[in-house]
Amino acid sequence: MNDPIVTRPVKLSCRQVWKVYGPRPGYYFDTRGYQIEPETLARRLVAEGHIPAVVNANFDIHAGEIFVIMGLSGSGKSTLVRCLSRLVEPSHGQVVLDGADLLAASPAELIEIRRHKMGMVFQGFGLLPHLNVLDNIAFPLKIQGRPAEARESRAREVIRLVGLEGREAAFPHELSGGQQQRVGIARSLAVEPGIWFLDEPFSALDPLIRRQMQDEFLRLQDQLQKTIVFITHDIMEACRIADRIALMCDGRIIQIGTPAEILLAPADAYVADFTEDVAMGRVIRAGDLVGDPAGARPEALPADAPEVAADALLDGLIPAVAAGQRRFRVRGSDRRPGGVLSADRILDVLRHGQQ
Amino acid sequence: MSGPGGAIRARTVPPRGAAAAHLAGARWLWLVLACAALVLLRPALPWLSAFPPDWQLPVAAWLNGLTMPVFSWLRPFGRAAALLLDYPLGGIRAGLQSIAWPSLVLIVAALALRASGWRLAAFAVASLTYVVLCGYWRQAMNTLAIVAISVPLSVAVGFALGAMAHRWRRLVRPLEAVLDLMQTLPAFAYLIPLLILFGFGPSAGLVASLLFSAPPMVRNTMLGLRLVPADILESGVMAGCTPRQTFWLVEVPSAMPRLLLGINQTCMAALSMVIIVAIIGGFDDMGWEVLSAMRRAELGRSLLSGSVIVVIAILLDRITLGLATIGRRRAPRLGRRGLARAVAAALVLAVALRILGPAADLLPDASGRNILEGLDRALLAFVGATDAQFNLLRGAITYGVMLPLRIGIEGAATPAVWGVTLTPAGLALYAGAVGMIALLLWRHSRAGAAAALLAGLLLYTGLPGFPWIGFVLIVAMLAHAGAGPRLALVAAAVVAGILVSGLWLPFMQSVYLCAIAVAGCLAIGGGLGVWAAQSDRVSQVLRPVCDALQTMPQFVFLIPALMLFRVGEFTALIAIMLYAIVPPIRYVEQGLRGVPADKIEAARQMGTTPAQLLWQVRVPLAWPAILLGMNQTIMAALSMLVIAALVGTRDLGQQVYVALGKADPGLGLLAGLAIAAVAMVSDRILRGFADRRRGGATA
Repeated sequence: MNDPIVTRPVKLSCRQVWKVYGPRPGYYFDTRGYQIEPETLARRLVAEGHIPAVVNANFDIHAGEIFVIMGLSGSGKSTLVRCLSRLVEPSHGQVVLDGADLLAASPAELIEIRRHKMGMVFQGFGLLPHLNVLDNIAFPLKIQGRPAEARESRAREVIRLVGLEGREAAFPHELSGGQQQRVGIARSLAVEPGIWFLDEPFSALDPLIRRQMQDEFLRLQDQLQKTIVFITHDIMEACRIADRIALMCDGRIIQIGTPAEILLAPADAYVADFTEDVAMGRVIRAGDLVGDPAGARPEALPADAPEVAADALLDGLIPAVAAGQRRFRVRGSDRRPGGVLSADRILDVLRHGQQ
Repeated sequence: MSGPGGAIRARTVPPRGAAAAHLAGARWLWLVLACAALVLLRPALPWLSAFPPDWQLPVAAWLNGLTMPVFSWLRPFGRAAALLLDYPLGGIRAGLQSIAWPSLVLIVAALALRASGWRLAAFAVASLTYVVLCGYWRQAMNTLAIVAISVPLSVAVGFALGAMAHRWRRLVRPLEAVLDLMQTLPAFAYLIPLLILFGFGPSAGLVASLLFSAPPMVRNTMLGLRLVPADILESGVMAGCTPRQTFWLVEVPSAMPRLLLGINQTCMAALSMVIIVAIIGGFDDMGWEVLSAMRRAELGRSLLSGSVIVVIAILLDRITLGLATIGRRRAPRLGRRGLARAVAAALVLAVALRILGPAADLLPDASGRNILEGLDRALLAFVGATDAQFNLLRGAITYGVMLPLRIGIEGAATPAVWGVTLTPAGLALYAGAVGMIALLLWRHSRAGAAAALLAGLLLYTGLPGFPWIGFVLIVAMLAHAGAGPRLALVAAAVVAGILVSGLWLPFMQSVYLCAIAVAGCLAIGGGLGVWAAQSDRVSQVLRPVCDALQTMPQFVFLIPALMLFRVGEFTALIAIMLYAIVPPIRYVEQGLRGVPADKIEAARQMGTTPAQLLWQVRVPLAWPAILLGMNQTIMAALSMLVIAALVGTRDLGQQVYVALGKADPGLGLLAGLAIAAVAMVSDRILRGFADRRRGGATA
C-alpha cells in the first residue's frame, strides 16, 4: 500500500526481539543469528519451563508516526514497550534507535539516551508523591543538573501545553486522575524527547475523561509531531489515534497495519473477533478506500462530483450518500492518497464491515 | 470470591474435600488414643511422665564453653566501644540536665503543636509539668538521654540494613530470620553477654536497646522500599536517573511515610527496652526508679514512677507519629520557621536562666511530690480496704483454674487443695462429662472432638505431669496440620531440644502460664472486640484504652498487678494478660468490621437473625484476622513471660532471670532461645492456619 507514513525515515527499529522469563533464558540465544523457526523455538521454550513474553517482534517505526501496540492483558505489549526502552532487558534481538543499537549502549550511555531522547507516560501515572506539580514536571531536568530557573521556565511551558496552569503548587494526591495524567504527560515532554512511549496512559481514567484526553493527545501530536509508541488494550482507542496498529496475542505480533487494514482485512479469526464491534464509519476514512479494486476509475467521474478530504470519516459522508451521490472525488492528504470513491463501496463497508 | 454464595460456601464446605477432612479427623483420634494410653501407662513406666535425668545433656555448660572464649576475645573491643559510647551519652545527659525544665517544656510543646495541634501541646505541657511535680525530672531526662542516643543509631543501622536487603535480595531471608530472633529473644537473655562484653553501665543498656529497636526500622525500610509502585520507579529510571539518584530521589522519598512510621516504632521499642535494661542499674533513670521501688515494696512510689513512664511513652508516641504523618494532612499549626523560633526562644530562655541563677535548676522541692504521695496513700488505703475482694478473686482463679492445670485434677483433688479426694465415681463422672462434650462436638468437627478429649486428658494430669512423648506428638501434629511436614519436624526438634537440655519443667510452666493468659485474653478481649464491632460507641471508648496499653513499656504492667495481688504466679498472670489483651480486641474488631458489606447484605436479605449473621457469616469470614490476633496474643504473652518472672514464677522466664543473677550466659541464652523458638514455631503454625483458611475461603 502506498501509505505516505511508511515512506518517512525510520526512527526506531525492532528486529527479532525476544523476551523470555524462566530459569536460563540466555541458553536459547547464545548463538547469534539462530536458524530455528520462531514458532518452533517458542514451543520448545514453553515445553522447557520458560515463558516467552515477547516472541520475535519485528517492526519499524517511522518519524512522526503514532504506532499503537494493542492486545489484551498478558499479551506481552507492556513487556514489549519496556524492551524498546530497556526498562526490561530483551533476551535477544536488536532495538535500533536513530541508527544506533540501543542494546549495545553502556549503562551510562543508556542514562544519557533516556535523559535526552526518550519520554514515557505510565498507566499508574508514576508521579512522585512528595513533589508538587511543578517539581514533578521539572524532575527529569533536575536530575540532569539543569539550573533551577531554566527548569522552572521549561516546566511552566509544558504546564501551559497540557493546560494545567494554576495547579503548579498542588500535590499529586490533590489532583483528579485526568489531571494527574496531564502531569505525567507534561513531565515526559519536559525534556523534548525524540521518541515518546505511552503505556496505557488513559486506561485508568473514566470513559468520558479518556475520550477528552485522547482528543487532547491528538491535538498535542498535531503540534509536536513526535514519534510515538502507544500501548492500549482498547481497540476503539487504538483505531482513533493510530497511524498503524500492531496487534499482539500471546507474545506474538499477529498483524501490523493501519486501522483500516486491520478492520477491512483481518489476518485471522482472532483479529476479526477483536474488531467485530468497531463502528466502521467512525474509524475508516475516505482515503482508506480509494485505489481499491472495488473503487471507481477517475475518468468515469462526473464533473459535478463533490470533493471530500482523504481524512474524512465515512460517517460524515452518509448524508451525501443518502441524498443520492454516487461518486466522490477524494483529495489526498499527507497520510492518505486521493482518488475516486463510490457510494456502493461506502455502503458495502458500512453494511458488512469485514468480509 | 464474589457474589452472595461465597459467604455461605466458606463455612459449609470444607476446603479440602470431605474425604480428606474425614482422614484428618481419624488422625486426631489416633493421637487421642495414643495420649490416653500413655497416661494410663504412667504408673508402670515412670520415665513417661518425667524425662529421665540421665538422658539430659549439659547444653548450657556447652554453650558457656563455646561462647566464653569468643566473649573474652571480643571483650577489649566491647569495652572500647563502651568508652566511645559513653562520651555522647554523657554529653546529651549533661545537656538535657543543664537546660532548665521550662525551656524544655516549651520545646516539646512546640514540637507537639507542629506534630498534631493544640490538644497535644496542652497534653505535653501538662504531662511534663506532672513529671516535674512528681520529682522525677532528672531521672526522666536520663532515660531520654539513652533513648536520644539509641534512636538515631538504631534508625541509621536499621535503614542501612533494610536498604542493603532491598538491593541484594538474597540477604532478605537470613536477615528476616535474624530479625525474628532479635525480636522474640527476651532482652534479659542477651543482657548477660552484653554485660560481659561492655561492662556494667549504660553502654550495655544502650546496645541492648539498639538490638531491640533496630529490627522495626529494618522491617519498615524493607517494606517501604518494596512497596514503591513500579510506575514511580520506572518513571524515575526513564527520566534518566543514575542508580544513586533513583534510590535517593525516587525510592526513599516515596517510601518516606513508611520510614517515618519505622522511626516511631523504633522510638517506642527503644524506650521500652531502656526501661527494662535499667535492671542492670547504675544510671539513675526511670526504669531503675520503678524497679527499686518494686523491690522495696514501696508500691506508692512505683505507681508514681510508673505513671511518669506512661505519660512519657504516650507523649513520645504521639509526637513522633504526628511528625511522621505531617505530610499527609493539611498545613500544620506551626510551620518549620515557627518551630525554629520557638526552639531558639527556649534556648535563649535557658541561657538567661542559667546566667541569672547559676545554681537554680528551678525544680520544685519535695512539696509537690508530697501532695501526690498523699494521693497515692489514699489509693493504697483503697487497695487495703478492698484487699479481701481481690484475695477472693485471686484464690478462686488460683484454685479453680491455675492449680488444676499445673498439678492436674489428680493432684488438685486432695484434701489439702480442694478438700475432696478423687473417688472412682468422681473420675467416672469427669470422664463421662468430657466424653459427652466430645460427642456433641463430633457432629461439627472431628478435630474439635479430639481437641476436647485431649483437653480433658491434659486437665486430668496437669501440664507438667502429662507424658512428654504425648506432648511432642501433639505439637508435631499441630505443626503438620498448620504448616506441613517441615514445620512438624522443626517443632518436634524444638520440644526435644528443650527436653534434652533439662528445661522441661520450666517450659511446661511457661506453656501453662501462657495458655491460661492467652485463653483469658481471647475470652475477654475477643468478647470486647465483638462488642466493639457491633457498637461504634464501645469502639470509641476502647480505642484510646488500647492505644495507651500498647504504648506502655512492658515493665509498667507489673505495678498495678503487684499492688492488687502481691507477689506470686497469679500476679504474673494478670500482668501478662494486661499486656496481651490488646491484640484480640483489635483484630477481632477489625476482622468483623472488615467483612465486605455485600456479604452482610446478602445474608440479611436471606433473613438471618443478628446471632446467625455474627456466627455464621461474620465470624467465619473474619477467621483469618482472628487467628492472626491470637498469634499476636501468644507473641505478647511470651515476650511478657520474662518480665513477669520478676514477680515470682517458675517458668523459662524465671530461668533467664536466675541466669542473669548468676551471670550464667549459657543458661540465660538457652532459656531465652527456648522462649524465642517456642514463639517462632507457634507463630508459623498459626500463620499457616490463617493462610490455609484464607486460601480455603477464596477457593
